[in-house]
Amino acid sequence: MPELTLVKAVNRALDEALSLDDAVVLLGQDIGQDEGVFRVTEGLLKKYGPNRVIDTPLAEAAIIGGAVGMAAYGLKPVPEMQFSGFFYQAYHQVENHVSRMRNRTRGRIGMNMVIRMPYGGGIRAVEHHSESREAIYAHTPGLTMVIPSGPRNARALLLTSILKYPDPVIFFEPKLIYRAFKENVPDEPEFLPIGKAQVVREGTQLTLISYGATMRPTLEAARDLAEDDGVSVEVIDLLSVAPLDTETITASVRKTGRAVVIHEGHRRCGIGSEVVARIVENALDCLEAPIKRVTGYDIIFPYFSREAPYLINAERVKHAAKEVLEY
Amino acid sequence: MPRKTFDIGLVVEELSILDESGRADAALDPKLPEATLLKMHRFMLLTRKLDERMIMMQRQGQMGTFAPGRGQEAVQIGSILPLRSEDWYSPSYRSFGAQLWRGWTIDQLLLLWAGYFEGFGLPEGVNDMPMSIVIGSHVPVAVGLGMSINYRGGDQVVLVNFGDGASSEGDVSEALNFAAVYKAPVIFLCENNGYAISVPFQKQCGVRSLAQRGIGFGMPSLRVDGNDVLAMAAATQEAVDRARRHEGPTFIEAVTFRMEMHTTADDPKVYRSDEEVRRWEKKDPIMRFETYLKSRGLLNDAGIDRVAAEIEEELRVARDRFAARAVQRPEEVFDFHYAVMPEELAAQKREYLADLQQALAEGK
Ligand SMILES: Cc1ncc(C[n+]2csc(CCOP(=O)(O)OP(=O)(O)O)c2C)c(N)n1
Ligand SMILES: [Mg+2]
Repeated sequence: MPELTLVKAVNRALDEALSLDDAVVLLGQDIGQDEGVFRVTEGLLKKYGPNRVIDTPLAEAAIIGGAVGMAAYGLKPVPEMQFSGFFYQAYHQVENHVSRMRNRTRGRIGMNMVIRMPYGGGIRAVEHHSESREAIYAHTPGLTMVIPSGPRNARALLLTSILKYPDPVIFFEPKLIYRAFKENVPDEPEFLPIGKAQVVREGTQLTLISYGATMRPTLEAARDLAEDDGVSVEVIDLLSVAPLDTETITASVRKTGRAVVIHEGHRRCGIGSEVVARIVENALDCLEAPIKRVTGYDIIFPYFSREAPYLINAERVKHAAKEVLEY
Repeated sequence: MPRKTFDIGLVVEELSILDESGRADAALDPKLPEATLLKMHRFMLLTRKLDERMIMMQRQGQMGTFAPGRGQEAVQIGSILPLRSEDWYSPSYRSFGAQLWRGWTIDQLLLLWAGYFEGFGLPEGVNDMPMSIVIGSHVPVAVGLGMSINYRGGDQVVLVNFGDGASSEGDVSEALNFAAVYKAPVIFLCENNGYAISVPFQKQCGVRSLAQRGIGFGMPSLRVDGNDVLAMAAATQEAVDRARRHEGPTFIEAVTFRMEMHTTADDPKVYRSDEEVRRWEKKDPIMRFETYLKSRGLLNDAGIDRVAAEIEEELRVARDRFAARAVQRPEEVFDFHYAVMPEELAAQKREYLADLQQALAEGK
């Protein structure tokens, strides 16, 4: 089992998808010759050629619109947006066609496509390179919104999304942790069910719920709370924010009676709002304290010299957790 | 060094075969088989009569808002003629003629414009896309289809139909550029009917011919008399042949005129003169084609009456069938969002059905 970073794990999933199914094609800006601005597509042009790893003109709407045509034809396109901040240039294609084609054609034309892109802050980038807007896509009927949190689940979720999921997936890659750590990734292709959360740490007194890049500070906070304060903390990694695994969330909160939801995206109408609503709908009788949200604020993502206090860290999570525990 | 002309290797040609009185240029006449010519005539007439019927139904509250296409029948039927069933066709919302030709049934089109998604059920045996309401957004999709054809090999082509207003959308420019770069086998059929709702062509853009758009992106482009069905057929055939030979995309500006309102929801008198409409009446595509067919001895007035009567009967039958079909299983609004419905949606569907049943029980 090789030890891979997240960026290498994504690269491996793309490589495997290309080799397992000749309907898979990649397209995007600078993904071929340049091998991607984050080097996600390293080696793929050389291995699969320019008909399958397509360097495109600088035109997001045509990349996504083109992918719609490819999916209608029966291919499995995997378009890349260079940064999630540029996806708005193609948002109308998602709203108009990607999310609607199956319904519009009464099931005749499905969109087997995975739109990948890096998201999130903490990389000291210029404007439009740091946002977390998963809630927009989670709000859109017909879409599936997946966000891995580490190399192993990134590889499995991406491979599943491309090869085993016939509907369009928006796949956010947490760029902050592209190279932050390595994990053992099995040699054989691995698949994970889409729409299923994972309990990544078991506990009985408090549930922390997060996904993507903020899983790290969340797990760090859980460890500290356990070691320093003797709190038994359960941690849920959502993996998919649409659909959302109500069952796993509810089961955990029924057990612990206390919950904190953590994400970098804005608070108002964020994923946390939906998580809280589902807990209230399904486990209100078990709650022993108000639920807290530790999230990005409802402000434009700060320019990078001031991004640190906007980002989620373990201290912010612990602070909220203690308020909930001491209620 | 002196200034020179830089030769881009492309010019805009203009094609028209029938003159306004319906006389054909013998050298340019595509000499289509008689049966084909008669079929074209029948479909042009059917398109017009369906339009009339739908306007009537709309006025009686049996049809939603829709976009009539009177005056544009030649663009529709001429351009669809060279397509094979395995080719891809991507219509606009004003493409009834071509859709009928491709096998969309009349009752299905009625169903669609009466507000039922079932009307989108694509016909079997052809590769058609559903029409797209968001102007221009279907044009990049057509290019993706073309790129897929290139990827899989084969000689299919894609015909995509959009308007003069659509030509201003960024998506159309992005699509033209993509198609030129990848030599996608796409025929861009820009149906210039003079108006985008109320905005006349002169206010839509700064070019004299939209064919310049194609040229600007590096593809052969042609300006065609869109009220001349023979010219439309010949021009599209040429573009289709080029695409089949893997020589890439073509842009066709079909110059025509929208004789009716934009949709049944507006009043064109607000933004254009009767005089302008009357001028175009003289170029009526069906009248010109009929003159041609008569001059070739293929059709006479009695023959036209017979076809018209057959069409009326066809429309009557289709309308009855439509009325019978316009009963939707209400829960279908949930059923086609995902291949496998996620549990959270299934729960909402149960809730919806329970509410519906209760409303029925209470007689609401
Ligand atoms: C993106 C978008 N903007 C605006 C509209 C509203 N709208 C519907 S049809 C139309 C005019 C389109 O004109 P044109 O492309 O010339 O086609 P035509 O209706 O003349 O066939 C407009 C503005 C729309 N459907 N989509
Ligand atoms: Mg128009």
